[in-house]
Amino acid sequence: MRTDRLKLAANLTRPLLALVAAFALTTLALLSTGVSPLEAYRLVLFGAFSTPVRLSDMIMLAAPLLLCAVGLSITFAGGLYNLGVEGQMIAGAIAAMVPLRLWPDWPPLLLWLLAGLSGAAGGALWALLIGALRRYANVSEIFAGLGMNFLASGLALYMVLGPWRRQTSASLSGTDLLPRDLWLPTIDRLRLAPAAPVIALLALAIVWWALTKTRWGLEVRAVGLNPAAAGRLGVAAFRRMAETLAACGALAGIAGMLQVVAVHHALIPNISSGIGLLGLLVALLARADPRWLLPIAVAFASFTVGSIQLPLTLGIDSAIAGVLQGALVLFALVARARVR
Amino acid sequence: MRNRSVRWLVLVLTLISLILTACGTQPAAQPTAAPAAEPTTAPAAPAEEFTFGMVLVGPINDGGWNQAHYEGAQYVVEHVPGVKFIYIDKVNPADRPNVKVEQAIEELIGQGAKLIITNSAEFADGTNIAAAAHPDVFFIHASGDKVLTGEAPPNVRNLMGRMEYGKMIAGCAAALTTEAGKLAYLGPLIDPETRRLVNSTYLGARYCWETYRGRPASELAFKVTWIGFWFNIPGVTLDPTKVANDFINEGYDVILSGIDTTEGIVEANKATQAGKRVFAVPYDFAGACAQGEAVCLGVPYFNWGPDYKRLVELARAGKWEPAWEWTGPNWSNINDPDTSMIGFVKGPALSAENAAKLDEFIAKLADGSLNLFTGPLFYQDGTVFVPEGQVADDKTIWYTQQLLAGIEGQSAP
Repeated sequence: MRTDRLKLAANLTRPLLALVAAFALTTLALLSTGVSPLEAYRLVLFGAFSTPVRLSDMIMLAAPLLLCAVGLSITFAGGLYNLGVEGQMIAGAIAAMVPLRLWPDWPPLLLWLLAGLSGAAGGALWALLIGALRRYANVSEIFAGLGMNFLASGLALYMVLGPWRRQTSASLSGTDLLPRDLWLPTIDRLRLAPAAPVIALLALAIVWWALTKTRWGLEVRAVGLNPAAAGRLGVAAFRRMAETLAACGALAGIAGMLQVVAVHHALIPNISSGIGLLGLLVALLARADPRWLLPIAVAFASFTVGSIQLPLTLGIDSAIAGVLQGALVLFALVARARVR
Repeated sequence: MRNRSVRWLVLVLTLISLILTACGTQPAAQPTAAPAAEPTTAPAAPAEEFTFGMVLVGPINDGGWNQAHYEGAQYVVEHVPGVKFIYIDKVNPADRPNVKVEQAIEELIGQGAKLIITNSAEFADGTNIAAAAHPDVFFIHASGDKVLTGEAPPNVRNLMGRMEYGKMIAGCAAALTTEAGKLAYLGPLIDPETRRLVNSTYLGARYCWETYRGRPASELAFKVTWIGFWFNIPGVTLDPTKVANDFINEGYDVILSGIDTTEGIVEANKATQAGKRVFAVPYDFAGACAQGEAVCLGVPYFNWGPDYKRLVELARAGKWEPAWEWTGPNWSNINDPDTSMIGFVKGPALSAENAAKLDEFIAKLADGSLNLFTGPLFYQDGTVFVPEGQVADDKTIWYTQQLLAGIEGQSAP
């Protein structure tokens, strides 16, 4: 009884210490710019909830973020560090554009479905290339992923400036906007497309179930803990790794598709907007535990949206949200490393 | 085990670099910039105060396009009592990846802005979307044409300056000065606006080359290289610093800038200090010569203040009507800060003799005796831009399809 309580206390202290350390660091950064940290925190932490418009913007950022984080929790379970998630998102966005540009006259519902499938396929394929590099060329998936990210941005740049450029102009600002009826429907005057969070939550539920309740999930986790041992027990280790990569890529690809049909309504060079890498932070902080993915994704999205007001009201740069997000993850990692 | 710690190391390093890039790309916040607005729902301050806001594509201190807009807004604050100015700058996918122009506009309106100025051609769609959602707020989309095409809601106006004249003067100053007979143009992205400005520069240069230098047009080289956006985005656009140095290494001795920032004059200045003789004509902002006085032939600039003042007063008085405006210089004094939208400040590197010729050229433009958009003018592919004996009208110039014959560089991709 007593030891249980002590254990619980110990389990709670470390995350709390990490939290305090992260805020201390961010506060130092804020103090160095000479603004009131309290005022800045009020905006960063709660700014996203102050108006319906900001709330809807936050949800539209949280949806692709959650998709990426959910995907990454699969690869983490399988013991892989999929830093290529950003590139998989871009590949998904490019793939999703294909049906939209080829057959813009088809019924929107069918096109969205096709775009979703195509985006998922594009992301999965991009991720499988990483798996192939690891298997056949012995390249660590971390470096393969980073390399593939560059390749994907290059491809997006090429499409924007090349085959999909605007008529009579060449601008890196993006392709022409999609026809209005191909934009994912939004609620009234908000930029909130309800389909986006629904898809993300659905993905969270399915992945949670698959990882914890199925034999496949058990095997994936076994491979993640020790591929060699799992292999000796008859688990097709490489196959499971490839499947986790493909699943993560598919979810990132769908996130890319959402960026195209629900947020930017065009392909822009920076279509992934760093959301994949932010998703990596979310997954790290959640320790790939599905229960924590949603709250952390929502928190990170609201930091980002809330911080937009910083330059306007306090005259400081909105990058402070990135400092807070990064500090949280770093200190959480440090706190965890001590547990080991 | 070792493998595992290496992984953690890589991961932590990646995280740190992520955090650093998030903070690293931004120049220091301007202390003067902080418009310490009351963030809470303070009821819109003293009764008569009128707040106007601006969404800028680049930083307010870029020494070019964005700074010119920012100073225009400051002019309004100085000359109209009871107005307050707020802004969000660097609204572009590189600096603020998760902020769309509609979002930035919402934030400004949330702070009480009754009139919004957006300053990039890319903001056209976002401005229209926000304007439709806020019919009680007035919008000026600078450099756009959606009012002309009929795609803008009634609370939107377009405003642009006739920089064609400024660019002709710039081209003339370059042609008067060049020793090699080789002029280079640092181009942003390719669209009708940037094409017509390159063409204007070329027309001014060719005229002065033939008229004052007495040389045939065939001996004047004029090359444009497009970087792909209004300013440098590392890894996305061509690097304007590198492009400028390529120009210099290829023997071009005047660099004319068409981008928002000042790499052209900065590099020309460096090369000159290193013993070469390279001149520069920056763009957009009256103070741009300060980046390299010794090599500056002059700068064609926008003076947004007077027009913004007029429109702010119009909005305040409730006399707003949709309009597409293309304001020219005040020809009686193109550098009058209170009346002239387009001006040209001569730089220290322009010789007195050439300055006199340039004044003569400006006088001809001013009294209308010289119109460089007079036919015959041909596009690069040989098709007719303006037929013989005719003068191009505004729409023909605004929607310029290609670069003119005689210019080396891409017309469209």
